[in-house]
Amino acid sequence: MLDVPHAKTTEPGETNFDLRKEAEEAGITGTLHQLEQELIGLKPVKDRVRQIASLLLIERIRQRAGLASAPTTLHMSFTGNPGTGKTTVALRMAKILHGLGFVRRGQVISVTRDDLVGQYIGHTAPKTKEILKKAMGGVLFIDEAYYLHRPDNERDYGQEAIEILLQVMENQREDLVVILAGYGERMTKFFASNPGFRSRIAHHIEFPDYAEAELLVIAELMLKERGYRFSAAAREAFERYIALRRTQPFFSNARSIRNAVDRIRLRQADRLVSDLDRILDVVDLETIDPMDVLASRVFSGGADAGGAKP
Amino acid sequence: MKLTQGCFSFLPDLTDDQITKQVQYCLTNGWAVNIEFTDDPHPRNTYWEMWGLPMFDLQDAAGVMMELAECRRVYGDRYIRLSGFDSSHGWESVRISFLVNRPPQEAEFELVRQEVGGRAIRYTTARRPAAHAST
Repeated sequence: MLDVPHAKTTEPGETNFDLRKEAEEAGITGTLHQLEQELIGLKPVKDRVRQIASLLLIERIRQRAGLASAPTTLHMSFTGNPGTGKTTVALRMAKILHGLGFVRRGQVISVTRDDLVGQYIGHTAPKTKEILKKAMGGVLFIDEAYYLHRPDNERDYGQEAIEILLQVMENQREDLVVILAGYGERMTKFFASNPGFRSRIAHHIEFPDYAEAELLVIAELMLKERGYRFSAAAREAFERYIALRRTQPFFSNARSIRNAVDRIRLRQADRLVSDLDRILDVVDLETIDPMDVLASRVFSGGADAGGAKP
Repeated sequence: MKLTQGCFSFLPDLTDDQITKQVQYCLTNGWAVNIEFTDDPHPRNTYWEMWGLPMFDLQDAAGVMMELAECRRVYGDRYIRLSGFDSSHGWESVRISFLVNRPPQEAEFELVRQEVGGRAIRYTTARRPAAHAST
């Protein structure tokens, strides 16, 4: 098969390495810094990402120093509740891996069951292979991976896709990195019924739920991105909103916050437009008032009081 | 007789590493890479059979090499070639084509001479039967 592209046989001439320079050249310092800044909370995830990045960097330097280096298995699984940032981190991961030269192209192909599993006999294998070929040299991100396995139907084509995936994950470790993502419990069940997957994945990363303070910071960051800001009273109201929303059903962390922010913008616009005779200034346009927050249904019995809404 | 068709055919056969680099060159240029195979490598036979579909939205050569390995496993006893099709306006044609697999026993061709009206002569490239080929 292909020669391993990274295992360059260099003469063991180099003995001194400037770690800072190496890290900057690989773009890790920048990417990790960005990760730190843009992703709130997620301490265990960041720690793990940093560890992986460090390992890759050292591995690369070791190769240049002529030391023995075993190929690293980089397949990962991201588990966590909805809206905890699994997809975002996957995109970042691809960048880090590409910067370090452990994937050659750095593209991310994001797929779900529909993209891998066919509809009739003989449809699955070409479909899965097609996706795998596209993902070669980059990262294949399989969202909600547990749907691949349908335990209630033993003739389900998902199993075929799983087998092809496993084979490529094992044989072409240098060519692509597979990241499986999904909600905690169901992923555990999925791995239990597909032990092959569990053992082929080196990094199991758990995404914790956000704390209330972190959710508030996320909301403010989102507002800032969209060019808004809370007034002091609105901020307080939003704190109460978060505390209430968390206890209600269909809470999905940062995603719920994003939806809340979008609805708050709607209400703010509505409030401004309702009084057409006013002269607006910039402060009016960018300030969120407490009434924009307090009008939410969350305060009157819950988001699902008038029908389920995520 | 070493068959010489397409690019690089007067060079020693390309190694997998070299093929990978050629494929990567095609993909970087945005050409669709095709794998074709045949047991009839006559120079006038332009229509080889395709292995799967053209691969036009790949980023990395590893995907093509995976298919090539699979094709070699099934049709290792035939000729296999890779071609790169450039779909950009004004080209719309094959830009590169080279052999990547030969059967253990290569095909043999000979020139058949035929005298026709007057002193004219016609030539035909004819394939020698396999029995003769094993000399």
